[in-house]
Amino acid sequence: MLEVKDLHVTVEGQEILKGLDLTINAGEVHAIMGPNGAGKSTLSAVIAGKEGYEVTQGSITFEGKDVLEMEVEERAQAGLLLGFQYPVEIPGVKNIYLLKAALNAQREARGEGEMPAPEFMKLIKEKIAFMKMDPSFLQRAVNEGFSGGEKKRNEILQMLVLQPRLAMLDEIDSGLDIDAMRVVAEGINSLRSEERGVLLVTHYQRLLDFVVPDQVHVLVDGRIAKSGDADLARELEARGYDWVVEESAA
Amino acid sequence: MSDVQSPSDDVRRFLARLTDRNASRGPEPTWITARRQAGAARFEAMGFPHRRVENWKYTDVRAIARNDFAFSDDTSFSPATAAALTLPIEAHRITFVDGVFSAALSQLDELPAGVSLLPLSQALDENHEAVGGPLGRLTGVEFSPFAALNTACMEEGAVLRLAPGTLVDKPVVVQFLSRANDAPVMSHPRILVEAGARSQATVIEHHVGEPEAANFTNLVEEIILERGAILAHYKLQEAPLADLHVASIHVEQGRDSRFTSFNLNLGGGLVRNDLITELNGQGAEATFNGLFYGQGRQHVDNHTLANHNAPHTTSNENYKGILDDRAHGVFNGKVVVKRDSQKIEGYQSNANLLLSDRAEIDAKPELEIYADDVKCSHGTTTGQLDEEAVFALRTRGIDAQTARGLLTLAFAGEVLDQVGLDAIAERVERAVAGKLPERFNLAGLVETAAVLDEMAGD
Repeated sequence: MLEVKDLHVTVEGQEILKGLDLTINAGEVHAIMGPNGAGKSTLSAVIAGKEGYEVTQGSITFEGKDVLEMEVEERAQAGLLLGFQYPVEIPGVKNIYLLKAALNAQREARGEGEMPAPEFMKLIKEKIAFMKMDPSFLQRAVNEGFSGGEKKRNEILQMLVLQPRLAMLDEIDSGLDIDAMRVVAEGINSLRSEERGVLLVTHYQRLLDFVVPDQVHVLVDGRIAKSGDADLARELEARGYDWVVEESAA
Repeated sequence: MSDVQSPSDDVRRFLARLTDRNASRGPEPTWITARRQAGAARFEAMGFPHRRVENWKYTDVRAIARNDFAFSDDTSFSPATAAALTLPIEAHRITFVDGVFSAALSQLDELPAGVSLLPLSQALDENHEAVGGPLGRLTGVEFSPFAALNTACMEEGAVLRLAPGTLVDKPVVVQFLSRANDAPVMSHPRILVEAGARSQATVIEHHVGEPEAANFTNLVEEIILERGAILAHYKLQEAPLADLHVASIHVEQGRDSRFTSFNLNLGGGLVRNDLITELNGQGAEATFNGLFYGQGRQHVDNHTLANHNAPHTTSNENYKGILDDRAHGVFNGKVVVKRDSQKIEGYQSNANLLLSDRAEIDAKPELEIYADDVKCSHGTTTGQLDEEAVFALRTRGIDAQTARGLLTLAFAGEVLDQVGLDAIAERVERAVAGKLPERFNLAGLVETAAVLDEMAGD
């Protein structure tokens, strides 16, 4: 589904990713972990198309298509969706407007018509209940005045409505209390399916107790230094990152 | 100013047009002749304003001064074009084509009792003395060279009178159509509104025209609100992009009257609006909502003034400007609290959005307070579209153009949310957000939002 090969990325003249390889197949959940500054957030930002990241070498393909040749919105329309670590506040744009405009943009890109209003309402009602959010959220401007936890729930709500082929969640667990974490984790787990992939970027292992990954990768100094299964995350929680850093330097 | 100088060639050219026009006019009441002379004399003495005059510092009127505009007598206008330009709204309508009254394009036959809506020429024919009293009382020839020129040249316009206690069932639309003429023309319309005690009405002043038109409109509007009168006033200025538009609205508010203005400026190449209210009676309230949107090389200047002449009066102003390309906007909002006008509230806010590096805004809020027990605030901000927000929307699959339209509309939203008339809100939304793709169907979204509101209430 997603293939990242020998990816080198420079930000403001400094090389952050230094030859990263990663393959995610449909049906898999991958977690990228690593110490601060290793380049974890850079990977998902580059895949989503954020400005200011220069790819100097390597390639990213998604279902055979060259992601780096696609506009930001085309990547989303293809099913690559990024959940932000710090969701942006968008004053004046109601959540319901965003959800409807986004869903219909994606449907249009797939050659489907606009979703009829009753069907849309039913979908939204179901997803917002699943995320244990109050319907009044929909009438509020996107993320404006939301708490950290509310913003993260809102990111997951968008995922549940838009049903991406590959959901990339950047530190979705940061700033969440345990109740919010459970709701967010249930949201992510509900996205798991044979056709979909999930990429979790996280610093802590806690989220991975709730969303058990198929593969865990440790990112050190712009490269994947170690990969394993869910047990690797637990080992990292117990031992920290230093031993991987040392191993990779050796 | 230029009182000591001899009149410029520009001034002479306008006065020569007036002299010709006067020669072709029939006999008029003496007070009108006297006012014409006073207006011409004042215009000649002041000349066109230049940028060394503080009030006109940011607005260069040479595009008007250096041109030669004829007077028009022609009201022929394609009915199909007129129908397409007219606001789709049930209304009492009075229409002017290049300033000349068009009976054919007006609907004045269903006016309820207590409402009189006449072209100025007819109001003068019927009872010129009843017009002569209020006309020019608020906006005299001293107000500006343009007001002086208007007084010298005035011929036509609208006179709306509401008897005490009258509630007008439908909005009153005063429509100005600008034609694409072989040679540009000018008009100097007057609007006079006299709202009796406790009367209530909505007036829509709508400026629109054929896209190729390039005429000069120089409007003076006076509005008198008696005790307890309530008036919602929409100015929807969608004049053709080569039209030149100078207008003043001067309001006098009696005790407990309420004036709500929507000053929505989308069109015109060179636009100058002055909006002034005199809050003369306790309990009087004025709300100024403004939105101006400039693109290309449009220049839009809004000057507002709230004079708190009595205690316990309130003014509230919220103006938003959106400027793209090389458009230039001016906002100058002033609140003046007279001595002993205690317990007043005067709030003012102005925010501007620049969509291009070459767009420009000059914004100046002013407060002059000569009383000590008042609540006042003012502020102005200017910024660009939040690129992070654009990116965030695009990461959800919304294309860049729609994302920008959505955010621009959101910026204007605070003002547009106050617009109670859908026909106006939709026209402004379309102008501001551009032609949004069908999938971003605002009407549909609003419906959806309404259904959700109900759902939340379950």
